[in-house]
Amino acid sequence: MSQFLQFLFIGLGNGAVYAMIGMGLVAIYRATGLLNFAQGEMAMFATFFVWTLDDVGLPLWLAVIGGMVGGGVVGALTYQVVVRPVGDPHQKPLAVVIVTVGLFLAFNALAQLIWGTDQRPLDPLFGTGELQLGSTYIAWQKLGALAVLGIEAALFYVLFMKTKLGLSMRAVASNPESSGLCGVPVSRILLFGWALASAVGAVAGAFMAPNSAVDANLMQVPLIFAFAAITLGGFDSFVGAVVGGLAIGVLTDVVPKYVGFVEKMPTAPAFLAILVVLLIRPQGLFGSTRVVRV
Amino acid sequence: MALLEVQGLTAGYGIVDVLFGLDFSVDAGEAVVILGANGSGKTTTLRALSGMIPAGGSARLDGTPVLGTRPDRLLRAGVAHVPQGRGTIVDLTVEENLRIGGSTRRDDLAGDIERWFEVFPRLGERRTQRAGSMSGGEQQMLAIARAFMSRPRLVLLDEPSLGLAPLVTAEVFGQVGALVRETGTAVLLVEQNANLALDFASRGYVLEAGRIVVSGTADELRGDEAIRKAYLGA
Repeated sequence: MSQFLQFLFIGLGNGAVYAMIGMGLVAIYRATGLLNFAQGEMAMFATFFVWTLDDVGLPLWLAVIGGMVGGGVVGALTYQVVVRPVGDPHQKPLAVVIVTVGLFLAFNALAQLIWGTDQRPLDPLFGTGELQLGSTYIAWQKLGALAVLGIEAALFYVLFMKTKLGLSMRAVASNPESSGLCGVPVSRILLFGWALASAVGAVAGAFMAPNSAVDANLMQVPLIFAFAAITLGGFDSFVGAVVGGLAIGVLTDVVPKYVGFVEKMPTAPAFLAILVVLLIRPQGLFGSTRVVRV
Repeated sequence: MALLEVQGLTAGYGIVDVLFGLDFSVDAGEAVVILGANGSGKTTTLRALSGMIPAGGSARLDGTPVLGTRPDRLLRAGVAHVPQGRGTIVDLTVEENLRIGGSTRRDDLAGDIERWFEVFPRLGERRTQRAGSMSGGEQQMLAIARAFMSRPRLVLLDEPSLGLAPLVTAEVFGQVGALVRETGTAVLLVEQNANLALDFASRGYVLEAGRIVVSGTADELRGDEAIRKAYLGA
């Protein structure tokens, strides 16, 4: 039992990171109707900001906030300089998707150019200590990841459901042309959406990095898990990203420990689960299907 | 001076010209209709006016040039546009649609929203329902209420009868007519449905293949048998 709890919290802690990246993906998907393939690399870039600020001696939590600001600026610039000139993603989806694939390569190369190819260590935000519950030891870092995910999800909920800015973001996501006619400054709202998605990437990266190190490939595997998370939860649902992320974490970190035949291929249970969910609910667990009446 | 004064308006899509120099005007508080068949350029006229497509010529709102102004800026200047196909934001609730309609205002919207629920009780009953789940007539009423949320001086209304049953269309026109009289808001309507539109408007223009071919008061247009036969399909 105690061993199971330890595995469970490792899974949930890693899943929290997938969920954080997933929420960034959902934010962009809802704004543009597209998957941003560069999401992970933008998060990696923001994590390098965190590392740099930490390296010059700032406290780590302050470095993370700084990384969020830096990541936000990168996201805003990406939209303004690269994405927006390509055109309306609702009319040219393929062009914009290919731009995000290009951005993936560009950010990866740029990070190596600026910060080199060394592995840069980053301390865990919540230290290396463990919480002892009877004979169970749970790393504070994993509990911290869950707590931060909870705060992030709550802030997203308040932003999207309780503020005028959030209402404008949902309006633009649903119908940019009509939103413009209603007086919503559409490009400024989209700019904010990209900045937001990129800023939260810094947090995900700061939790991911201590598992290995900060380098240009930091977020590539987590991005795939985040895609898996939102496929499971639904592309347009923040709740889905959270539930999907945690589920993917548990399925890849816990199930293989107990099910012999997937021991050597720990990602199999997650993808089996996705397959089953997609067969029964193609829109994902929390995704919405559109019904439009005219 | 007219509220909206349009001279030599031209517009098109890519290399295809649709409008060939339209002159028309709308006075403050006046309801004006541009009648025309499918493809005559009605929707293009409104899209050009509200900056959704590039346009040439001039359009002045209270003497200020507005052609080429972005839709959200134009709304702040007092021109609201109810687009063809209604343009309700289907994923938002009825109430959220109204809030978006008033998003350029800084004062409290709650009073206005309640007022619109009194004008259109069916919207009030469905206030927390997704707009996309409503019938066409209800969505049309929502789109109109939403445009009025910005307290505009001029509403551009694109073919509200499209896809609606005749009874529903008559109801929508009746309500908009009452609104115009009550609030003193000017309306520029484009329509195919000549009979209803001429009951609603005080003046009209007839658009054919991108040119205005006839203009006059509603009574003149209604009474002219030749016009009816040639352009209004009645």
